[in-house]
Amino acid sequence: MTTNYIGKPTNRVDGYAKVTGGAKYAGEHNVPGLTYGVVVSSDIARGRISRIDASEALKLNGVLEVFTHENRPSLPWFDRNYQDQDQPPGSPFRPLYDNEIQFSQQPIALVVAETFELARYAASLVKVQYVREPHGTDLRAIQGQAYAPSKGKPSWKKPRPRGNAAQGMEQSIFKIEGRYDHAAEHHNPLEMHASTVVYEPSGKLTVYDKTQGVPNSQKYISRIFGLSKAQATVHAPFIGGAFGSGLRPQYQLFLAVMAALQLKRSVRVTLTRQQMFSFGHRPATIQRFELGADAEGKLQAVVHEAIQETSQFEDYTENVVNWSGTVYQCDNVEPTYKLVKLDTYTPLDMRAPGGATAMAAYEVAIDELAYAAGIDPLEFRLINYTERDPMQDLPYSSKELRACYRQAAERFGWSNRRPEPRSMRDGNELIGWGMATGIWEAEQKPAMAKAVLTADGKLTVSSATEDIGTGTYTIMTQIAAETLGLPLENVTFELGDSSMPEAPLQGGSWTAATVGSAVKSACLEVQKRLFEYAGSMPDSPLAKADADGVVFADGRIHLKHYPTIGVTIQDVLRHSGVDRIEEEVTTLPDMLRQKKYARFTHSAVFVEVKVDEDLGTVHVTRVVTAVAGGRILNPKTARSQVLGGVVWGIGMALEEESVLDHQFGRFINHDLAEYHVAVNLDVPPIDVIFVEENDTVVNPLGVKGLGEIGVVGTPAAIANAVFHATGKRLRDLPITLDKVM
Amino acid sequence: MSNQSATITEAPKTAQLPRTSIVTLTVNGEQRSLRIAPWTTLLDALREYLDLTGTKKGCDHGQCGACTVLVDGKRINACLALAVMVDDREITTIEGLTKEGSATPDGLHPMQAAFIEHDAFQCGYCTPGQICSAVGLLKEGHAHSREDIQELMSGNICRCGAYPNIVDAIEDVKNHQPDRA
Repeated sequence: MTTNYIGKPTNRVDGYAKVTGGAKYAGEHNVPGLTYGVVVSSDIARGRISRIDASEALKLNGVLEVFTHENRPSLPWFDRNYQDQDQPPGSPFRPLYDNEIQFSQQPIALVVAETFELARYAASLVKVQYVREPHGTDLRAIQGQAYAPSKGKPSWKKPRPRGNAAQGMEQSIFKIEGRYDHAAEHHNPLEMHASTVVYEPSGKLTVYDKTQGVPNSQKYISRIFGLSKAQATVHAPFIGGAFGSGLRPQYQLFLAVMAALQLKRSVRVTLTRQQMFSFGHRPATIQRFELGADAEGKLQAVVHEAIQETSQFEDYTENVVNWSGTVYQCDNVEPTYKLVKLDTYTPLDMRAPGGATAMAAYEVAIDELAYAAGIDPLEFRLINYTERDPMQDLPYSSKELRACYRQAAERFGWSNRRPEPRSMRDGNELIGWGMATGIWEAEQKPAMAKAVLTADGKLTVSSATEDIGTGTYTIMTQIAAETLGLPLENVTFELGDSSMPEAPLQGGSWTAATVGSAVKSACLEVQKRLFEYAGSMPDSPLAKADADGVVFADGRIHLKHYPTIGVTIQDVLRHSGVDRIEEEVTTLPDMLRQKKYARFTHSAVFVEVKVDEDLGTVHVTRVVTAVAGGRILNPKTARSQVLGGVVWGIGMALEEESVLDHQFGRFINHDLAEYHVAVNLDVPPIDVIFVEENDTVVNPLGVKGLGEIGVVGTPAAIANAVFHATGKRLRDLPITLDKVM
Repeated sequence: MSNQSATITEAPKTAQLPRTSIVTLTVNGEQRSLRIAPWTTLLDALREYLDLTGTKKGCDHGQCGACTVLVDGKRINACLALAVMVDDREITTIEGLTKEGSATPDGLHPMQAAFIEHDAFQCGYCTPGQICSAVGLLKEGHAHSREDIQELMSGNICRCGAYPNIVDAIEDVKNHQPDRA
């Protein structure tokens, strides 16, 4: 059938807008009379502002106002007014609230002027005096202050030990022990965080924000500034990447709304690239493992400790140590998770938060144990394969990880690997082959969607979700078109508007499952109405048909077994006498069924690296990854998701590191020249295999989500390949040439 | 560190603003006059004064390539050029590429069409810069292999990691066009 779109490689429906420059991002909505806000950032990490003098800035013709803690409008005091949907326990940061400095680059003033250039220049004229107080930003130095958090974010699961790890270690024949560190990383989406607040003559605010959840931003500004839903709508039709940076409303939103309300003018605030290092980030983490295996290579004990940074004002938590008790069969597991408070901004979920961190270390430790036991690393993982989730003691809703291992290993040529380190070379370059397992949650959240079919046969479906590059626009259009049997070009999916039916934050790889289920459900409701109308048409060929006996396809409703007998949807609409069919639904996960199963996406990653023996440079030359992610809605955009994840894994393994200068308590490499992300030449051919996986539990569509799985596993596979190439076991990420040498 | 009070930001004694002037830019074949300061970058002139927001700002420091435009056919970072420096030059932005010698019914430049076909983008923010850079690259005629393309496109960061598809798209266009080298 020509209207079967699910599972077909489909070009992005927003592609034309994106390749022609027509897609407008948050800082690009130009309106007459727009003013520009530039943020002044704190030079110190901790202390107080003793004096702030904006008089020179204000003398300039065209500078409208300089907002500071001294002249800001009255703001609510209670923490609950500053709540957001991705907030850790604690007291959220309140911009310009008082003179206290809590982290370096804290926003301390907003200069608003008629032009961007003027605002930028005026910002340089604001004079600030501080009273400095001692700051602590060195996680390694003060890890002794680590404490176990009593509570965490809603998604945080308190680590649960099982069995007796000490006994397990004693019984083990093969043992390893090691410490694994990785630096803080910043999301650095290519679009810098920006908000454009359009001040309508009526006083209503139309806000364009860079966010992974328009409802989140809308509620945030409503609570702080006392705005009703009608007084402020938030829009984000296009987002220039986010990777988690848009999960919490960032301070440019607060500042732009505050300034617009005060000045009664439209205001845009765009952060600089340097200021993109002034808020959430993947926390620096210190991990320690003790692993033991018996003579056959069966895991007998897993001791996993993690110490992560958080801020002074919030307890950011990730599920780190939980993963080591989940991936393989092991009866004795001892996880410990602690936090250390630093004078930095609170960390923030960054692509596969916790999972990428844990697996980057655990899968290296597993490789070490496999080597200690003299067992091939792939074979070692198969020996410890589990058919039941050992953490929750539940069966999997589906788990085709074995097929991932097999297919990826075959494609990669793993059987040709010589196990000894430094045994493969190409001229001056040492060749290393490494592999690792990836795992991520397959979640579904509640969501709403609306479907409107009009008399011209056009369908518009909407939900206040986002497309941060994930392909949401495209896959939702595919789902809607196929469900109602309409041509793709007759279907429009709309998102990123807070007045649309609510959807959760776009994160956690759950959007395809969550919004997809809601879109499908809304379209099924439209189907029902159409079927009713079809049956009551004069001389309807479907008058006696059951709902189960008909198919919606190719613009028609026809009998399943007699495709020639049917009616066109256009005719149904014409005879129905209605000019539109509108259905809004709320879709909830089938919790009763889902809770009986462990639900995960899995992957196997195989990597080849070449290491220059003289220079210590590491190049990833080949990647094969096989993913078991349930049903693949669109192989084209799905592959891109995994490619992106693998590229992130390359960055995490070899390049990305936000370096704190502890003298100043500041991320010192705060630009894209010094914070290295993977560039084109760093990325080799990446072979993505989607393993067939049928799952009827995770959600009605059987999809698991792919946004994060690509990054989990890849850093460890690279680190393991570097070991195989060089014989050096490098446990600190990123693996830069100084460590290899 | 002991408690101390320090003046961190020193400002000039008097704030004197440079005068604005009228600059005429030729953008996508059209002459556009605008009143701007001498320190206004080409990037800000395009985005904030001419509403040509297809050209993106990703760093404002010449480090990411999102602002790549063609000036007299050569790719440059618009954030590193002042608008007054290019008043006698032909500037082509992503919006102008669409009109330029289109091979497809929807008016797309072959490079734009290839980017869609190869899914050479995700969030789309680096995309106009990648496309302009790729068009400039092929005109330069230095790319003879996939690795050449990768090297010569490494000034354009794609944080979503679409690189393999970007190279596929460029190779596709290169293979279907007479070599201009």
